[in-house]
Amino acid sequence: MVVAMHMSDGLVNIPTALAFAVVAVIGLGFAVTRARRDLDDRTAPMAGLVTAFVFAVQMINFPILPGASGHLLGGALVAILVGPWVGSLCITIVLVVQALLFADGGLTALGTNITNMALVGVFTGYAVAVAMRGLARRSRGGLLATAFVAAFVNTVVASLAFVVEYALGGSGGAALGTVFALMVGLHALIGLGEGLITAATVGAVASVRPDLVHLLRPTRAALDSRDPS
Amino acid sequence: MGAGHAHPLHLPGTSPVHRMPAEVKIVAAVLLVVCVVATPREAFPVFGGFLLLLGAVWVAAGIPPGWIARRAVIELPFVVLAVLLPFTGEAPTVVWLGVTLSEPGLLGAWNILVKGTLGVLTSLTLAATTPMRELLHGMARLHAPTLVVTIATLMLRYVDVIVAEAGRMRVARISRGHDPRFLWQVGATARGVGALFLRSYERGERVHLAMLSRGWTGRMPQLQPGRTSAAQWLVGLSPVAAGVALAVTGWVLT
Repeated sequence: MVVAMHMSDGLVNIPTALAFAVVAVIGLGFAVTRARRDLDDRTAPMAGLVTAFVFAVQMINFPILPGASGHLLGGALVAILVGPWVGSLCITIVLVVQALLFADGGLTALGTNITNMALVGVFTGYAVAVAMRGLARRSRGGLLATAFVAAFVNTVVASLAFVVEYALGGSGGAALGTVFALMVGLHALIGLGEGLITAATVGAVASVRPDLVHLLRPTRAALDSRDPS
Repeated sequence: MGAGHAHPLHLPGTSPVHRMPAEVKIVAAVLLVVCVVATPREAFPVFGGFLLLLGAVWVAAGIPPGWIARRAVIELPFVVLAVLLPFTGEAPTVVWLGVTLSEPGLLGAWNILVKGTLGVLTSLTLAATTPMRELLHGMARLHAPTLVVTIATLMLRYVDVIVAEAGRMRVARISRGHDPRFLWQVGATARGVGALFLRSYERGERVHLAMLSRGWTGRMPQLQPGRTSAAQWLVGLSPVAAGVALAVTGWVLT
C-alpha cells in the first residue's frame, strides 16, 4: 500500500475547496513572475526538465512501516536545488498534470493540494533551509543535516495544512484530535524517509556540481563584499 | 521514447467525446465534480444518478466499464482516512456484527468514499478521452499562463525520457545486487536521484541551447488556432446540466 498525500474529492466541502483554489492561483501567479526572474529566457526548458525530474522522483516508493510505503514529495528537494519559486512552480505543474492526466488527486482538491505541497510545503522547507544556511555552508555534514530537517519539517507542516483544511471544511465524522494525530504521525514517518532521501540527494548533487545547489549560491550581500566594483 | 507521447490512462478513439475540444472537457469535468461534492451526503440515491450519468458518457465514448473499474483502484490510498473514521468517530454509535461503529464516522466515511470514487471516475473519463497534446491546447485556450503551459509541454515531452532514465538506473542497481528493504538502505537510491537531477538539469541546458539554435524566442508558436464553437460548449456541458439537476434534487430530498 502506498500512502499518498494527494487529497481526493469529497474530503473538504466546496467553499473550502474554492477558497484554497484562490490561494493556489495567487501563489502560482507570484511563482510564475519570480521564477522568470530566477531563470530568464531559460525558464521554460529548465523548469520543464526539473518538473519532469520531480515527476520521475515521485514514482520512487520507500518503505515506512511493514506493508506501507510512502512516495517522495520532493518539495524541500526542489526548494534547495532550484529555489522556492521555480520549485513551487514545478510541483504545481506536476500536481495539475497528475490530476488531469493520471486521475491522481481530486479535481476539486487541486487547490488544497497545490496549497499544501507546492506553497506551504516548498516554502516551509525553504525557510528551514535558509535558517540553517550557515550550517549548510560550513560542512558537508551541515548540508546533509539542513536538507534532512528541511524535508522532514516540509512533510509534517504540509500535513498540518491538511488538518487545518479539514478543520475548516472537512467532511466531518472524526474528532479533529484523531485526524491530527493520524496525519501528523503518519507524515512524521514519511518525513523521515523524505528527509533521508533528500539529504543523500542534495549531498550527491553538491559533491559533483555545488554551483547548481540554489541554497549554496552566494547571497547578494556576500557577492558585494567580495566584489568591490 | 519519442513515439506518440501517449499517457497510460488514454484510450484512443474517435467517439464524439474524444473529438470534443479539450477545454470543454476540462471545464465539464471540474464542474461535474463540483456538483458531486456539493450534493448532501444523506441523498444516497442521487449518487447512483451521478454514476448513471458517467455511465452514459462512457457509452458515448465507447469506454468499457471494466477498463475504468480496473484503473479506479488508483483511489485506494486516498481512502485510508475514510476506513478509520467509523472506528474513531464520536457518539452516537451503532453495533454491527459485534463491532461498535460511530454513526457520524460512518457518514463521514461514506461521504469521502462516494465523492472520492465519483471524482476519480470523472478524472479517468477525462484522461481516457483526451490525448496529452489536446489537454495542453485546452489549458492554453482556458488562458492558463503561457509560461505554465510551455513548462508543462516541455515536461510532458521529456518525462518519458527522464522516467526511462530512472528505470535504467534502477535496473543497473538491481543487477549489481541492490535490494533495499529498509529505510537505512536508501543510500544508493538517493545517490541515483542526485545523478538523475544532474542529468535532467544538464539535459535542460542542452535542450535550451538546441531550442535557441532553432529560433526559440521564449514563446511557443501557436500551432492550433482553431476556435471552439458555442454549439460544442453546449453539447459538452450538457452532462453538467444533468449534474446540477442531480445536486439540486439532493438538496430538495434532504
